[in-house]
Amino acid sequence: MKTGGGARRSAWAFTLLVITLTLAGAFIALGVLPADAQDAAKEPAYRQFPVFGSRLAVWAIAQLHLNFAAFILGVPIFAVIIEIIGWRTGRAEYDWLSHEFVKLTFAAFSTTALLGAFLLFLLIGYYPKFWNYMTSIFFPTYWVYALLFFAETFTVYVWYYGWDWLTGSKKWIHVSLGVLSNLFGTAILFVANSWVTFMVSPGGITESGALKGSVWAAINNFTWMPINIHRLIANIVFGGTIAAAYAAFRFLAAKTDEERARYDWMGYIGNFVALSAFIVLPFAGYWLGREIYAFNQTMGITMMGGFMSWLWIIQAILIGVLFIGSNYYLWLGMERIPGSERYRKYVPYMLMILAAGFIVWATPRSMVVTLDEARAMGGTHHPVLGFLGVMSAKNTAVNLMILTTFLSYVLYRRANRISTKSWVTTGMAVQWAMFGIAAVIVTFYGVYGYFVESMVRIGFSVYQVGAVLVAIAVIMIVDVFMFRGARSTGAIRWGTIAPRSQYVLILLAVTFTWLMGLMGFARSGIRQHWHVYGVMRDTSVEAVTPALGYASNVITLVTIAFFALVMFIFWLGGLGEKGKEGAQAHGRAAPVIAGGGNGKP
Amino acid sequence: MSFLRSRFVQAVVVLIVCFVLFRFGIQPPAPWSVITLYMAIILIAILAFVSSDADSWRSFLTPLRDTVVKPERRLLRMVLMIVMPLLLGYYAYTQAAAKPQAPPELRAVHPAPPASIQFRGKEINIQGIDNPLRKDQSAFKQHVAAGGEIYIRNCMYCHGDNLDGQGHFAHGFSPPPANFVDPGTIAMLQEAYLFWRIAKGGPGLPKESTPWNSVMPAWEDRLTEDQIWQVIMYLYDATGQQPRRWESH
Repeated sequence: MKTGGGARRSAWAFTLLVITLTLAGAFIALGVLPADAQDAAKEPAYRQFPVFGSRLAVWAIAQLHLNFAAFILGVPIFAVIIEIIGWRTGRAEYDWLSHEFVKLTFAAFSTTALLGAFLLFLLIGYYPKFWNYMTSIFFPTYWVYALLFFAETFTVYVWYYGWDWLTGSKKWIHVSLGVLSNLFGTAILFVANSWVTFMVSPGGITESGALKGSVWAAINNFTWMPINIHRLIANIVFGGTIAAAYAAFRFLAAKTDEERARYDWMGYIGNFVALSAFIVLPFAGYWLGREIYAFNQTMGITMMGGFMSWLWIIQAILIGVLFIGSNYYLWLGMERIPGSERYRKYVPYMLMILAAGFIVWATPRSMVVTLDEARAMGGTHHPVLGFLGVMSAKNTAVNLMILTTFLSYVLYRRANRISTKSWVTTGMAVQWAMFGIAAVIVTFYGVYGYFVESMVRIGFSVYQVGAVLVAIAVIMIVDVFMFRGARSTGAIRWGTIAPRSQYVLILLAVTFTWLMGLMGFARSGIRQHWHVYGVMRDTSVEAVTPALGYASNVITLVTIAFFALVMFIFWLGGLGEKGKEGAQAHGRAAPVIAGGGNGKP
Repeated sequence: MSFLRSRFVQAVVVLIVCFVLFRFGIQPPAPWSVITLYMAIILIAILAFVSSDADSWRSFLTPLRDTVVKPERRLLRMVLMIVMPLLLGYYAYTQAAAKPQAPPELRAVHPAPPASIQFRGKEINIQGIDNPLRKDQSAFKQHVAAGGEIYIRNCMYCHGDNLDGQGHFAHGFSPPPANFVDPGTIAMLQEAYLFWRIAKGGPGLPKESTPWNSVMPAWEDRLTEDQIWQVIMYLYDATGQQPRRWESH
């Protein structure tokens, strides 16, 4: 192992090299771009990428870039929160965990930048006219993006390499760096989102497509903020699932009980983070869908009722898998918690609600039927099951699934604890009452939605979501106070969870990545034959919207490529640990977790 | 009845009960595509349940493991090794064999409308337009009555006198005509959407998701603009549905 000073000097030298290269690249790109844009006017509108075609090349690289970007933006958000928990509570295992998470991010950082640069080259080279137009609108934001990228790179590098340096009384500086890198990262996401959302819902331009006033109107277009919120939450879910999958991989490959315990705990935290954010993700997605519909009816119908409607059936299946998988992992995890046996009786009921919700969500409005079946049903809409194919039913199902998942977590949380508070009976009654009231409100508005006009029905979703969120908040507040100072029935036996639980973590990561690709295709594909919807038409030979089967195949292949790259990068990152004692990387001793801490889940 | 305590037997019983419920409990019968989807979900849920704790998982696996390794189950093993490939082969045959009817097809729920259409040389915005005849509320009943007459003269033969898609000719078409009483049809759409569908009919459907197999005529050659708006008013009035409004931002 290197001495602390030597390692730090190397780290600084490496940091400076990366920053210099990043700055040089950014300024060269910014200097060249306007010239490129002028030249593009004399050049053909399109060039053909060899063998695969330009669209496929841009699609694959854009999806890969987005996957990596989501990971490196999502993980630091919860990594810094975990670091703050470790700092304030003085628990070293949280500091170690935060460092582990940032280490994963760090390994993927340069790949993200590389893919981003590759995507830029593809757009400039193969879609010069389109890129020229985007530059004419968004050129000022390129500077902001480059500066933000520099700022983020700088803070992340100092955050990572300063872990052992900024300790003790200087820990607050280290935590601030983590917070700062997250702010820069989020700002980068918002800038890039403005370009993407402008292509879907352009704003701030004249009829000929020229910028009307300030670039802000183009940035703050119809779908910008919904995408910002949706992606921010989704990035946390995605980061959580990938980090949990990494931990699962390490758990399965572990050779000692200590190592197994450590990665069992890491996988649990990763999944907990993913699950917490996942619970609010459907609400953000619903808002985005509603804004797309409000911006343009054609796009809204193309997405939800038109030829892309079948994507939502696939989405329903994948989200059903995510819900059941997350709950299943919690139930398996309860086996390593002494005292959890008393809650096992709830599992079949929770599973029934989840399966029923899954069935409702996956029921298509317009069914795949033979001629005989259509005649028996009186059309492609089933007179009974057809009622499950509309939004009232879907919203009800997803809200009840969210409540059930939250119940799973509440039971897991209290599995080895018995409240010693005198008001425990009242507290429990309040919690169950909140679950019941929320379920009744969700179901009532779900049924009532069939008897009112569309606009009123859409408004009901707000009441349903509100009821669920209020219930979650109240139940959680009661739970925290009720189990403060609770009697423990035994410490959690970290590392003893069934190995199949770890395959579930990997399945969740793959499912979520695939889902991101599919939904990204839906958002992008609703533009159909437009580069910028209603403003700049796609006149290339590949202007057709791909069939869903073809799109699914491409997305699947890119997802496989993403995981292959992730495994390679994590393997590369792990090489640094080879030859070092135990799990000591960067001078950091891995804590012993088995049966660990005070047994709190 | 001790065998009922086996998780494996319980799982099989639940699977069979669910299948019977889906197959015979839903009337008219649910399409096979939907039953297959439902059964896949039930199977996932059952597997999640039986494997959600160690004892249950062991109990579930025991009969399977015994069948594969125990010498006294040799006969059962042999039978399964013959029957299972045959069943799978039969299933593959039923899926691959040519049938006398057209294969099931994916059908989009609502085709996406264009931003605007040309109606007898006049451009009509489909995006954002309201029914102009609703402005004069005093003439509402008059327009609905006129719309009703237009409907009975032109539309009833396919869409039915109850507006439920069960008209005289309905059984000759696949897919059958739209059922306006269903809350998933006109109740989810703006009136402008209906104007486009009535004016342009099957020939005006968008290119994506083709072939549409729609026999809906393009009524722009037979009805005036006002007549189309009137029949739309009648459709909503007679079914008790409310047209979807545009969202204001």
